[in-house]
Amino acid sequence: MKEVTFLKAITEAVDEEMARDPTVFMLGEDIGKHWGAAFGEYQGLFDKYGPERIRETPISETAILGGAMGAAITGMRPIAFLFFDDFLGVCGDELITHLTKMRYMFGGKIKMPVTITAYCGAGLSAADSHSKTLLGWLMNIPGLKIVTPSTAYDAKGLLKTSIRDDNPVVFLYHKVLIFTGITSKIPEEEYTIPLGKADIKREGSDVTVVAIALMVHRALAAADKLQEKGISIEVIDPRSLVPLDKQAIIDSVKKTGKLVIMDEEPKTASAAAEISAIVAEEAFDHLDAPIKRVCAPDTPIPFSPVLEKFWMPDEEDLIKAVTEIM
Amino acid sequence: MAIEKEKLIDMYRTMVRIRTFEDRVCKEFAAGHIPGFVHLYAGEEAIATGACANLRTDDYITSTHRGHGHVIAKGGKTDRMMAELFGKKTGYNKGKGGSMHIAEVDIGMLGASAIVGAGIPIAGGAALSAKMRRTDQVAVCFFGDGACNTSRFHEGVNLASIWKLPVVYVIENNTYAETTPVSYAMNIDDIAVRAVAYGIPGKTVDGNDVLAVYEAVGEAVARARRGEGPSIVVCRTCRHYGHYEGDTQTYRSKQEFEECHKKDPIPRFRKKLVEMRVLTEKQADEINQEILKELDDAVKFAEESPLPAPEETLEDVYA
Repeated sequence: MKEVTFLKAITEAVDEEMARDPTVFMLGEDIGKHWGAAFGEYQGLFDKYGPERIRETPISETAILGGAMGAAITGMRPIAFLFFDDFLGVCGDELITHLTKMRYMFGGKIKMPVTITAYCGAGLSAADSHSKTLLGWLMNIPGLKIVTPSTAYDAKGLLKTSIRDDNPVVFLYHKVLIFTGITSKIPEEEYTIPLGKADIKREGSDVTVVAIALMVHRALAAADKLQEKGISIEVIDPRSLVPLDKQAIIDSVKKTGKLVIMDEEPKTASAAAEISAIVAEEAFDHLDAPIKRVCAPDTPIPFSPVLEKFWMPDEEDLIKAVTEIM
Repeated sequence: MAIEKEKLIDMYRTMVRIRTFEDRVCKEFAAGHIPGFVHLYAGEEAIATGACANLRTDDYITSTHRGHGHVIAKGGKTDRMMAELFGKKTGYNKGKGGSMHIAEVDIGMLGASAIVGAGIPIAGGAALSAKMRRTDQVAVCFFGDGACNTSRFHEGVNLASIWKLPVVYVIENNTYAETTPVSYAMNIDDIAVRAVAYGIPGKTVDGNDVLAVYEAVGEAVARARRGEGPSIVVCRTCRHYGHYEGDTQTYRSKQEFEECHKKDPIPRFRKKLVEMRVLTEKQADEINQEILKELDDAVKFAEESPLPAPEETLEDVYA
């Protein structure tokens, strides 16, 4: 075993997949030798693979994602680095009408092995243009897979699987997970993690908390505090929203009878809303309290740290929600 | 320019096939046999035909909402196309795409898109793939004057120019983006001047002269195959029908409409072939009859083909 940061886990995943498969290449802004992307997660890859396979682009999101699509349907396996997931809006048509729909619209004749990598999440005072987590928005796009790791271990194994997937996958990594330098122990040898398999990050018996990306860490911190009050929290990290491991969530609810979902995005039509609806539809008889959603308010994401802190769901919000249903 | 006799006859046959297909689609749509929207390519046949006559089966094209002509020129079968328009299981897209989205990757047809300009970056990606795989395939990207004012035009052409991608942009300037005249939507008359901004060749030709299109696109394709990068070829043309079937065309004068029909590329090419002694009038008539019969068969195939099972809705979302 070895200890790696979240950032290094991403570098290793891309490096290993590029070494393994000559059709894998990356295109995007500022991914070359100077920055290796804004936070440096692709540093070293340009020196190793050169400008042919680490392709720096102008600031042209539609050409990046459109180009990735054209390459993918003709035999390549591109990774499109979109920078901040907010910029998916710039190439929104490529995302909602082409990348995720061409296979279906063409009667299943093509494969679209494109992985989009992008930063998500608030917490760095970047205001709304560089802070969103667009899970609910993305989940409403049939044809897309959505991966949101919370640990370095998961990030590496899931990114490798995402790159190998024959479907478009958007792989979102939370900025705060890079900036706080969290680490995981990972095997020296290669490993992958299947999409659609949730991970129980903490076992518990009183309340199921489904938490996503950075929120997993806040849920774990809250669970420690609640344990002191004698409340046992089970923290489930879905790791991918599409495909979603519904069974793992339902099984946990069957055990605890209570569900809280912690999700860093506006509450309305969020991933939390969808998970809530699934459990209400498929496991209603096992619930003995209302489902609670710990989300952000339905506002844009503010800049000032005091406002941003208010906006982001935190441990206190979760503790309050759990206490309400106990 | 020396073009083999057989090739010239093939080009004539392709143009007639496109026209006959479109005229038949017009009728079938009016009769209520085709759901959705249709946008007919009639009047613009010389462009798809002249451009694709330079391509191999393994070369790529991307197309538009007005895409039937491109599919036929790249080798698409009219029966599978008609079945798609009828929403049948035997259609190229199994009834999931319809008129505006026909794709057949086996012949390099990477799909039509009904989002204006969407094919521009996709064609660039296919060209990038060809370059990275060290083939000499090229991608021809068809789009109209309207797409030239979308952001994709700038992003896609710029990226292809800096990476010297083997792509040829064939711009079909039919003078209208839906109802909006190109003279209103652009502050220039000749779209080819935009090529200067990307440091690539740009040329404008008479898009109703199939041999002029063939020659100009041929030069651009040869340049792309040599690894020298993209080019723009603007083809001036006009559409015989409206933007879509059902368009009242109040924005076009009768005179303009008549002038458009006078420039019809098919009788013009036929006359030339007869003068060149490539075809006799009788042989040309025989081709027309042969294609009429082909379209009768295509419609019969579409009519007799099964509908998709409703639950096929759920298939093909993920690989």
